[in-house]
Amino acid sequence: MASIPVDLQLAHDHGLSTDEYERIVRTLGRSPTFEELGVFSVMWSEHCSYKSSRRFLRRLPTTGPAILQGPGENAGIVDIGDGLAAVFKIESHNHPSFIEPYHGAATGVGGILRDVFTMGARPIASLNSLRFGAIEHPRTPHLVKGVVGGIGGYGNSVGVPTVGGEVYFNPGYNGNILVNAFTLGIAPTDRIFRATAAGVGNPVIYVGSRTGRDGIHGASLLASREFDDKSEDLRPAVQVGDPFIENILIEACLSLMQQDLIIGIQDMGAAGLTSSSVEMADRGKAGIVLDLDTVPTRETGITPYELLLSESQERMLIVAKEGCEEAVKDVFATWDLQAVVIGEVTADGLFRTTWRGEEIVRIPVSALTSQAPAYERPASRPADLTAKQQVDLSALPLPTDYAAVLTSLLTTPNLASKEWVYRQYDFLVGGNTVVQPGSDAAIIRLKESNKGLGISVDCNSRYCALDPYRGAAIAVAESARNLAVSGVRPVALSDCLNFGNPEKPEVMWQFVQAIDGMRAACQALEVAVVSGNVSFYNETDGQAIPPTPTVAMVGIMDAVTHHVTQWFKHPGDLIVLLGETHEELGASEYLAALHHQECGRPPRLDLEREKRLQQVCLRAAQAGLFSSAHDVAEGGLAVALAEACISHPRQTVGVRVTLTGDLRPDALLFGESQSRAIVSVRPADWDQLKALLHTSRLPFSVLGEVGGTDLEIAGYMKIATAALRQQWQTALAQQLTHA
Amino acid sequence: MKWGVVTFPGSNDDRDSVYCLERVLGQEAISLWHKDRDLHGVEAIVLPGGFSYGDYLRCGAVARFSPVMSSVMAFARAGGPVLGMCNGFQILCESGLLPGALVRNRSLSFICEWVAVRVETTRTRFTARCAAGECLSLPIKHGEGCYVADEATLKALQDNEQIVFRYVNQAGEALESANPNGAVQNIAGVTNTSGNVVGLMPHPEHAVEALLGGEDGRKLFRSAFG
Repeated sequence: MASIPVDLQLAHDHGLSTDEYERIVRTLGRSPTFEELGVFSVMWSEHCSYKSSRRFLRRLPTTGPAILQGPGENAGIVDIGDGLAAVFKIESHNHPSFIEPYHGAATGVGGILRDVFTMGARPIASLNSLRFGAIEHPRTPHLVKGVVGGIGGYGNSVGVPTVGGEVYFNPGYNGNILVNAFTLGIAPTDRIFRATAAGVGNPVIYVGSRTGRDGIHGASLLASREFDDKSEDLRPAVQVGDPFIENILIEACLSLMQQDLIIGIQDMGAAGLTSSSVEMADRGKAGIVLDLDTVPTRETGITPYELLLSESQERMLIVAKEGCEEAVKDVFATWDLQAVVIGEVTADGLFRTTWRGEEIVRIPVSALTSQAPAYERPASRPADLTAKQQVDLSALPLPTDYAAVLTSLLTTPNLASKEWVYRQYDFLVGGNTVVQPGSDAAIIRLKESNKGLGISVDCNSRYCALDPYRGAAIAVAESARNLAVSGVRPVALSDCLNFGNPEKPEVMWQFVQAIDGMRAACQALEVAVVSGNVSFYNETDGQAIPPTPTVAMVGIMDAVTHHVTQWFKHPGDLIVLLGETHEELGASEYLAALHHQECGRPPRLDLEREKRLQQVCLRAAQAGLFSSAHDVAEGGLAVALAEACISHPRQTVGVRVTLTGDLRPDALLFGESQSRAIVSVRPADWDQLKALLHTSRLPFSVLGEVGGTDLEIAGYMKIATAALRQQWQTALAQQLTHA
Repeated sequence: MKWGVVTFPGSNDDRDSVYCLERVLGQEAISLWHKDRDLHGVEAIVLPGGFSYGDYLRCGAVARFSPVMSSVMAFARAGGPVLGMCNGFQILCESGLLPGALVRNRSLSFICEWVAVRVETTRTRFTARCAAGECLSLPIKHGEGCYVADEATLKALQDNEQIVFRYVNQAGEALESANPNGAVQNIAGVTNTSGNVVGLMPHPEHAVEALLGGEDGRKLFRSAFG
């Protein structure tokens, strides 16, 4: 085969800069082959190399007594006691999902599942965090239906429950949606598998689907560049998934891991065969040689370049113990899956591949990993930020009808019930779902013990756009708060950092601020970052998305029976607000939805106060003092009260409350002050809870009591909860259909 | 009682069914592999939910030809109790053990939610310990659960008391508004003429623990061994 000549222009076409190309030539001491150029371009892409983010990510706290594995592996691992570990990660699949929403989202789910089960964990819960453009945007309904369909189509079929998540709409995502997928699995602590290639002579085995031509350059040209009007042409770079193959691949791999046959195993994700083999060799401080002629293919005529870069789904790479090849093949044969030896581990520290007897790739592994470019890109505060942070409340007229304001807030796509979304997901399979979607946190039980795990995914990107430091800190705090009010002790998080083009100083500034905000909150709340990913270049025609550092937090509850849900339950229960309300309307949903202003600074966050609130919630939940507890978030006190009245899966209940304070009424009702929760408590338990609140020096106020059929806030509104629920429940579907 | 739960490639609720039978209901339960014709002496068989063989071609259409199914069919024809849930129901219809068919939900979307179903007959191996007209709270989770049958079949089902469950509202009425998937006459489950084979779209195996939302599903399994 005639080799394709490589020059600077071709390198540019691969997304490499002139400097980077010269660095390749220097490293190799010669011009790269066409295949080598492809390998460098994907391994040095932003998506695989983290070249703009690496040095900042080191600022995040990543250790702790329960942390068994921090960032750097396929997923993070937390010791949850009883010999068990929680293995989890969140990852983006933004660019493919915008181009081809169904398959983009579906393969996002498939990819994150593989990152988890490759470590020996059976996946038991998935969540997702989705961001779409304005609901009125002509493309939004199509994207929402495609993405939700893809998540359900893949997740339901593969047999892992989708137990929660979040969905937000903002015009800032009109040209770039976000699809962040999270999976958690459970593994025995003594049988955790890592993605390493060690032991010279050990066979490298390819399992799963055959390699096709799909997804070539997904990592480099799709995920590491901005979009423009030609982005539709990138559709062939989107992979197509097969959940049935994934389903049996999970069973086969977990069954393989019961035996002592392998050294390491890794999913072939972004940059496929290349990145999986290079990363495994790097971790094992070894070399690897692959014979590309042996790679199973879907069709004839696939070139070695395509074999190296294909992102065909449902493929795994295994380094087995020498002599165990046949035993490995037998395991996969049980499930009618192919397992083929395609190479071996070497001592030379090189990534080498052969094709028809000829060596076409010969690159030092370190050149593709630790020695890959890393940049400290310039960062500068956006010039218009100070102006955007101003909000003149005196110029803002007070509403005349507070009931109407509440109703319109509850029917905005951001605050409306997400039932239309989650009823398309199987949230029950696996038989562990204690709290199904619709409460502050998803709760799953562990069959092996009395324990439970809580998971919450959060980020308010409007806050982050207006103050990335505070916004990111609030994302961490809110995620932890959602767990704490549910009775779950926060332990660790996985982050999905979605930003625009890092080559722009303003975007880089947002990124660094967000990292520092996350770090402060993680340190204060004693939560470690154990895994995650960075997604840059979420831009179209030069317009970046709002910074969106999504946080997926996992916590433990020692007795799952002590879980708390957000909805009011018993007439006669007292309603208590924990925390304090300040006059904070900046960056609120109220300002955006009612006054069409996305401005002001997000609410203040006092991390010490936050920590005390969460500790009180945990202790009260453990003592069984809460009938319900609900984080006060977007839409403020009025929305939180309404949600507690109408979000019970099967019924509604009313309340009679009185709000005091000399704040503007709209700030009192709809302001989003942090570190607050609305709890309900049986009158008999109130003294005990009150004592706990006093001991903790946590401000609180008794608002009223549960009962009746109306949501009654004295002096402001009286609304029938059944009608409110009906509007809240159907709003999203209606707007998607009629948009 | 010794139960067998069939695992096809792509089955998802097979482990949940074994857990329900063994750990919750104290039964003996084993997995039956789709390639194995040997039923290993089981006294009752569960065809679980999921996406057997990816549900490619048509739900249950490939599973129906798997080696284990020839034994299951013989077992059923000899009067052995067989319960098909969700994909298991689809497989029973495809294999001719139950009349009718299951097609895409009227909404064209997958639906996961808790529903109420009314027990229409207690003359089956899986409803004997229910009360006629009793309402059970069970979850559904399917994309193709809309039961259809031709007029003659429907009449025969009616005449022979073969309709086992109907979707109902909280008041126990089989109204169109309580029909989640468009099933004809709100039918959620049917039986064969002898009452030993029952198929239903809801998942009784996911309704056996109060912690997870309810225990009504236990009655179906208890009917078989009680």
